[in-house]
Amino acid sequence: MNQLDFPILTLITFLPTLGVIFIMLMNKEETSTIRWTAFITTFINFLFSLPLFFYFNAGSAEMQFVEKASWIKEYGISYFVGIDGISLLLILLATFFAPICVVACWKDIKDKVKEFMICLLLLETGMIGVFVSLDLFLFYVFWEVMLIPMYLLIGVWGAPARRIYAAIKFFLFTMFGSLLMLVAILVLYFINHSVTGEYTFNLLKLYELSIPLNIQTWLFLAFFLAFAIKVPMFPFHTWLPDAHTEAPTVGSVLLAAVLLKTGTYGFLRFSMPLFPVASHDFIPLISILAIIGIIYGALVSMVQKDLKRLVAFSSVSHLGFVMLGLFALNIQGVQGGLIQMINHGLSTGALFLIVGMIYERRHTRMIADFGGLSRVMPVFATFFMIVTLSSIGLPGLNGFVGEFLILLGTFKSNVVYAVFAATGVIFAAVYMLWMFQRVMFGEITREENRNLKDLSVREIGVLVPILIFIFWIGLYPKTFLGKTEASVQHFLNEFNKKYETSIQKKDNVHAVNKSEELIVKK
Amino acid sequence: MDLVIPNIDVASLGPELILSIAAMFVLLVSVFLPKGRKDPAAYLSLLGIFFAFVSSIFLWGNPRYAFNNMILVDNFALFFNSIFLIAAGLSILMSVNYLKEEEMSHGEFYALILFATVGMMFMSAGSNLITIFLGLETMSISIYVLAGFFRRSNKSNESALKYLLLGAFSSAFLLYGIALMYGATGTTDLKGISEYLSNAAYLKDPMLLAGMGLLLVGFGFKIASVPFHMWTPDVYEGAPTSITAFMSVGVKAAAFAAFVRVFLYSLWDLQPDWNYVLWILAVLTMTLGNIVAIAQNNIKRMLAYSSIAHAGYIMVGMVASNELGTSSILFYMLAYAFMNLGAFGVIILYGRKGEENLDINDYSGMGFKYPALALLMSVFMFSLAGIPPTAGFVGKFYIFSAAIKSGYIWLAIIGVMNSLISVYYYLRITVMMYMKEPVKEFVGLKWSPSMAIALIIAVIGTLLIGIFPSPYLDLARQSIQLFM
Repeated sequence: MNQLDFPILTLITFLPTLGVIFIMLMNKEETSTIRWTAFITTFINFLFSLPLFFYFNAGSAEMQFVEKASWIKEYGISYFVGIDGISLLLILLATFFAPICVVACWKDIKDKVKEFMICLLLLETGMIGVFVSLDLFLFYVFWEVMLIPMYLLIGVWGAPARRIYAAIKFFLFTMFGSLLMLVAILVLYFINHSVTGEYTFNLLKLYELSIPLNIQTWLFLAFFLAFAIKVPMFPFHTWLPDAHTEAPTVGSVLLAAVLLKTGTYGFLRFSMPLFPVASHDFIPLISILAIIGIIYGALVSMVQKDLKRLVAFSSVSHLGFVMLGLFALNIQGVQGGLIQMINHGLSTGALFLIVGMIYERRHTRMIADFGGLSRVMPVFATFFMIVTLSSIGLPGLNGFVGEFLILLGTFKSNVVYAVFAATGVIFAAVYMLWMFQRVMFGEITREENRNLKDLSVREIGVLVPILIFIFWIGLYPKTFLGKTEASVQHFLNEFNKKYETSIQKKDNVHAVNKSEELIVKK
Repeated sequence: MDLVIPNIDVASLGPELILSIAAMFVLLVSVFLPKGRKDPAAYLSLLGIFFAFVSSIFLWGNPRYAFNNMILVDNFALFFNSIFLIAAGLSILMSVNYLKEEEMSHGEFYALILFATVGMMFMSAGSNLITIFLGLETMSISIYVLAGFFRRSNKSNESALKYLLLGAFSSAFLLYGIALMYGATGTTDLKGISEYLSNAAYLKDPMLLAGMGLLLVGFGFKIASVPFHMWTPDVYEGAPTSITAFMSVGVKAAAFAAFVRVFLYSLWDLQPDWNYVLWILAVLTMTLGNIVAIAQNNIKRMLAYSSIAHAGYIMVGMVASNELGTSSILFYMLAYAFMNLGAFGVIILYGRKGEENLDINDYSGMGFKYPALALLMSVFMFSLAGIPPTAGFVGKFYIFSAAIKSGYIWLAIIGVMNSLISVYYYLRITVMMYMKEPVKEFVGLKWSPSMAIALIIAVIGTLLIGIFPSPYLDLARQSIQLFM
């Protein structure tokens, strides 16, 4: 179904690539033209993505704005894109953050601006592509395409000391998971062929396939590895602090706000609907890993001396919540997980921007180098406070909605998990507020901090849009939850239906086996 | 005694004849060209390649035996012909300026490339073990000379000598294999062997199995499969870079063409016997090639080990032993031709006389000094690493899907893990180019029109096949009727 009769998803996906071509043709000395081109491209792309929200039919769970064209016919590969309530908000998150990032690095990136903007725009194409693809081959292509620009962003513009190490680690970790996923995709493809006689990578058709249980477990594990590394779940998270710490500010922002979500999105879109029985079997393992992630991330955050590393570890903790919510497998949990993906994007994205702002002024990120900044930079302090509280999950701000729904969902499915997870909320308050206190309050301990400039208009302009959504989701989440509800409900119904039919089959087989045994015994 | 005069079907030898005539013409013309200005010889060779390509197109879709069943001109042979012609054409384009720079511009160079290509064509079209052997020798002798073409360079001499000695050794293996095969089956005709083997009673003949083993060794040497790969890094390093490019694509493709034809067609009934061996060799070849490549600091040596690894991936397609696998070998070879030749082209362009810039560290900081060249190199590296949307990715995708289709899931997993290892050393080049500070002065590149054309063809090929693989895939599928 495509209610606009217009290839809008293709437009949004490839408009940034078009911008790349323009920028390539420009002289690299003309940095301001390049910056403006990048900004205009991403901003127009954001405007183009708004109709998705307004024309989206919230009552329907089927794929919308669908486009389909045969790509590699012999192998049943098609260019098949479309969105539902699950991907809608994530696409908007990506198009929303792209112009913000271009503006945020206006002063920050002085070197190799042309190449930087090219990477940024290619990254946007990759990210949106991942969220719109409904063909497994297409999805895999975008999934990998996303890697290269991010790798270059970290490796070329990152902090000098360890950027190369971080970039390669990021690349190899992600690649490891995705290559195994590729094998699993192929196995799935051939299983589908042997059952239906049709070669296809069409996700919606593969949903209907019921896969033998033992194979399902293996396939699930391969997909799990790819997505768990990307999320990242404990214990696959070790690339994240390095990548975040070394990446340039906007690299961290996009990494935290959007890239990590491709992992959680992957669970929701691929792993769970394709392999319901295996997903169900792995709920305890994944929930426990998620809880370990929540508590471990929080505890490690507490002892960080580096602001960026602290925010990075807090991501591990927050994404643990998302995973827990998704695997609660009830409407509150999944809805909460989905909205928490957006929330984490907004608040962690904003936190990285804020850390970037003081780093630009002081060229250090060590908590010990700061103190008493609130007196020097009152506007900054206000923004920082709001974002910190949003990250903690203060009622009235966005973080609360997500965490509350997730905990509610988890409570319904397993009380013990919920109790442990809830401690994470407390720890979050501890490490965030303690950090805030050390950086912003108290006496000014260092002379260099006495004359810091408060935020410029540009910097305020970067943060205000994010803050608007932090309040909006906090106060009236229905605008966004309403869009996702039908799709989530549909997802759960399908999941349960498929799970039950598979289980019944299994029981039947058992029953047959048992009766045969009895006959043999007689 | 009746003397049967075989039907002489000249038309089916069109490409080979055109190239041979062009080569002889090049030899003749270059005598009259002034010293050091042999460019017309190169352009003449390109013309020959073009016409050979056109005549291959005319032969397409009409398989026929010729010369008393000595050759079989089918789509399989023609598909490989086009790969050889692409390799020869691009290598010649890359050589024009390179030879002038090295003060080694001689017409014989181009003539030898053409003769080698003719040899390759006979290997891919040979439907008799003798034809294949003759093709192999024609190719190899030309390449021995080409590898040592920079006669004042010690490394080039070492390369030629090494290749000659080991090559002669492997030819002997192959020939012995052919002899045993003849002894066991009474024929050297591929179809005859295949028919003979359709009787299951003969399959356990030790002479047959020994013959098969020796053939495997002979081909294994030419495709640089482990454990017959030892010559590769030294020969590749010492040979003139454009010849290294030509060898890594052309020779490998020709050897695979014959290998596939003999094993997947003639010896198909022995498939259960050779499959295990190939499985092991494929795994060893991929793994050793990739792991050792990590440790290389010379970019030509690195690409030499990478070419070993790629031979391993292609062998996975053979192990799969299904239609998909066979067509994916053809497709992969085509993709590999563009990306590998492109990478060597960049290396040639980046070096100069007396300062070859072959150490990987020489690429430090090059990315922002020569953005176009670095971008090209990145595309080729990402393609060799198998990252979409490039030809290398689609190639690997098909190879591994063929393996999975036949149930070799572990082989596919080993394959993708190898590709992960390879990502590390291919990325290293991009790390150097974009993320390291320059360690040396850059004195400018000497772009020449011919090199620019070669690189543009290579990059367009790499991306086009990566983004719209459908037509090429279709051609590859049409080329394997013999094996169905």
